[in-house]
Amino acid sequence: MKKGILGRKLGMTQIFTEDGKVIPVTVIQAGPCVVVQKKTVETDGYNAIQVGFEDIREKLVNKPLRGHFAKANVTPKRFLKELRLDDVSQYEVGSEIRVDIFAEGERVDVTGTSKGKGFQGVIKRWNAQRGPMSHGSKYHRRVGSMGASTFPARTFKGKKMPGHMGAERVTVLNLEVVKVYPEKNIILVKGAVPGPKKGLVIIRDSVKAAKKA
Amino acid sequence: MMDIIRAIEQEQLRTDLPNFNVGDTVRVHVKVKEGNRERIQVFEGIVLKRQNGGIRETFTVRRISYGVGVERTFPVHSPIIDKIEVVRRGKVRRAKLYYLRKKVGKAATKVKEIIE
Repeated sequence: MKKGILGRKLGMTQIFTEDGKVIPVTVIQAGPCVVVQKKTVETDGYNAIQVGFEDIREKLVNKPLRGHFAKANVTPKRFLKELRLDDVSQYEVGSEIRVDIFAEGERVDVTGTSKGKGFQGVIKRWNAQRGPMSHGSKYHRRVGSMGASTFPARTFKGKKMPGHMGAERVTVLNLEVVKVYPEKNIILVKGAVPGPKKGLVIIRDSVKAAKKA
Repeated sequence: MMDIIRAIEQEQLRTDLPNFNVGDTVRVHVKVKEGNRERIQVFEGIVLKRQNGGIRETFTVRRISYGVGVERTFPVHSPIIDKIEVVRRGKVRRAKLYYLRKKVGKAATKVKEIIE
């Protein structure tokens, strides 16, 4: 990873291209982020920067964190995330990261926490097929076979069953940056992004695009 | 937060188009790209419906072409629309003129004109 930024998903809309095509876009309020801590191979065994996003009141931060922010000489932030970078030499503690690190046409990966769906059955959660709803069938939305019989005489681990769905970390790869408004700290990304409106998202340069180049 | 999205949509809205309504007969001038040449194609017909709002608003125009009904739906704010001419103002009593689809012959294009 070469660069990254934190942001909040604002919602979706659409953009017309010049030839009349409609592009669905997600609007993300990204940055400005501040580097709170720098980690290098020498000190921590790996390269990373810890970035903070969105100012909060001093009161909302506990004492250990307050000290952490004071050490970096930055105002308290709501979100702290570590971005593992190949090269951290261009970043200093206290330096600002803005959306203009991304340009139109670039490819990015966006990570967020998906919307929670609660306890879901096997049909919604794993796209299983349902049984017939009529003709005397009593088998509608049930789990189905648990596996073979005497051998192996147990259900294998990882068997797809009902359970909690959503509210997990999801990354969408290789999205196109459609537009950047540096003065408003807004970035428009083609397609959908995980999570609810106002949810925290991490935008990074695309792994797939990097591999191709 | 919604204001930001609204502002993004606002800057794409077109204000140069005339007001037109369901039942009106319009001539839609559409930019058609063929290779690297661009030309204007005219689609004339009755506005069957207007749907959605804001930047997502679309309208459907129906015409009878060689005895076959043809409907085309355009986004109102699409940049491929060069201009819209209102040929005739129609007087209608509903928002969606789906009943025109079942009419044949002369009745298929019959919408009363508003006389001001």
